[in-house]
Amino acid sequence: MSAADTTAATAAPRRTALYDVHVSLGAMLTDFAGWLMPLRYTSESAEHRAVRSAAGLFDLSHMGQIDVVGPEAAAALDYALTGFISLVKDGRARYTMICAPDGGVIDDLVVYRLGGERFLVIANASNAAAVFAALTERVADFDTTATLRADAALIAVQGPASAAIIEAAIGRTVEGLPYYASQDAIIDGEAVLLARTGYTGEDGFEIFCPGPAAARLWALLTSLGSDAGLIPAGLSCRDTLRLEAGMPLYGNELSLSGTPYEAGLGRVVRLDKPSDFVGRAALAERGTAPVRTLVGLHGLSRRVPRHGFAVLDASGAVIGEVTSGAPSPTLGYPIAMAYLDAAHAGVTEVAIDIRGSAEPAQVVPLPFYKRA
Amino acid sequence: MSRKAGPSVSNIPEQLRYTSEHEWIQRLDTAPAGPGAAVVRVGITDHAQDALGDIVYVALPEVGAAVAAGDSLGEVESTKSVSEIFAPLAGVVVARNNVLDGSPELLNSDPYGAGWFVEIEIADPAQLEGLLSAEAYAEISGG
Repeated sequence: MSAADTTAATAAPRRTALYDVHVSLGAMLTDFAGWLMPLRYTSESAEHRAVRSAAGLFDLSHMGQIDVVGPEAAAALDYALTGFISLVKDGRARYTMICAPDGGVIDDLVVYRLGGERFLVIANASNAAAVFAALTERVADFDTTATLRADAALIAVQGPASAAIIEAAIGRTVEGLPYYASQDAIIDGEAVLLARTGYTGEDGFEIFCPGPAAARLWALLTSLGSDAGLIPAGLSCRDTLRLEAGMPLYGNELSLSGTPYEAGLGRVVRLDKPSDFVGRAALAERGTAPVRTLVGLHGLSRRVPRHGFAVLDASGAVIGEVTSGAPSPTLGYPIAMAYLDAAHAGVTEVAIDIRGSAEPAQVVPLPFYKRA
Repeated sequence: MSRKAGPSVSNIPEQLRYTSEHEWIQRLDTAPAGPGAAVVRVGITDHAQDALGDIVYVALPEVGAAVAAGDSLGEVESTKSVSEIFAPLAGVVVARNNVLDGSPELLNSDPYGAGWFVEIEIADPAQLEGLLSAEAYAEISGG
């Protein structure tokens, strides 16, 4: 073990405001991006199915919440991110990315325009520090400040029953809250930001609240939702849910070495915005000829493709690599996302090297699952 | 089935023997073919199934396969990971639990019963003495 590893191993993972709740629920906890998070409470397959058929309750308080505020906040984010953020209307949200000058992805983000000069940027837990550092540097020349929230919680309610549960919690309809929008709300006397966003492929809501209120809101949502089938859901099912929905995960499909184009997400790079932005020149060039392309794979054997496994052509030559793979609880067969070298982007039949044996797989369109 | 945060008390039957690879071994009364031989049943422990999560696929060896201690016997795929099963003892596979082909979830629900893997005829029953007692296994598995 190297010195660096020793440091990482001895640093105690951080606990979210809901840690005691997870312990009392008997969760299996795991160190995820420096946070002690619930991997699952009972069975990850049961939690996955609950989100597809009823609702799941998630603690996402590990994610980075960064306020970007100031008279030039919109222009600052237009410069810092790939998206055309100044076009986002008050109360709306946008999926976007923050790229390095060479076009590599620092993180994928959701940006909420809370109103006028106030934006909330949500970063992955593993990248929160890097995103905050990059944003701080990039907004420095604008009349804008970036602040990383401390002691903030995030609770998600995801699944077809989520709208009714949220309506019971806020005492009014959510009809005026479309997908990728947010509004202020009061739950049990607590002022929260209620957003209709998620990472599961289902209708769902995310509640940004102060840490000290999180356990009370969690208990309320549990009692309001349990009759409808809501159960607590961990990170394990969150990963299979997003994989079925064809959503990329940073560290798997997205990284500093790849561009949004390769991941099939060129739409988030707004080369049509008039202002310059970090990574613009490199992305304009790298977007014209991506070196690899992200595809979906349907495993035809029962063995499961996993992150890092080689993808082979009919002759056994390596033509790509699996980025994420799992047995799909909804579909009942193994699914994966993989990068194929650009020269092989059109193939339809491949094999995956699963511990030395070439298991057949079919290239299929993403996503694997779309809600009705 | 309940799982606890932190050290959990998992089920470790007293009458079984164990390996540090979280497998259990049970000596059966089944009459062995060879003189002086013994037949054992092998599976994974409650602690192991709990750590793996929901098991979706189990690959088992065919009957008649000869195995040395430490050889791969097959693999267990769960939602999050795949684990190899190692032969705890040297011998010949005399039975495999075919039910697991269609119902791999039995490993989660009944690891010491319906979720068994294989039966191995071991030529040298003295090998059994090198295995862990329930108490020794409880110590290493934190149970």
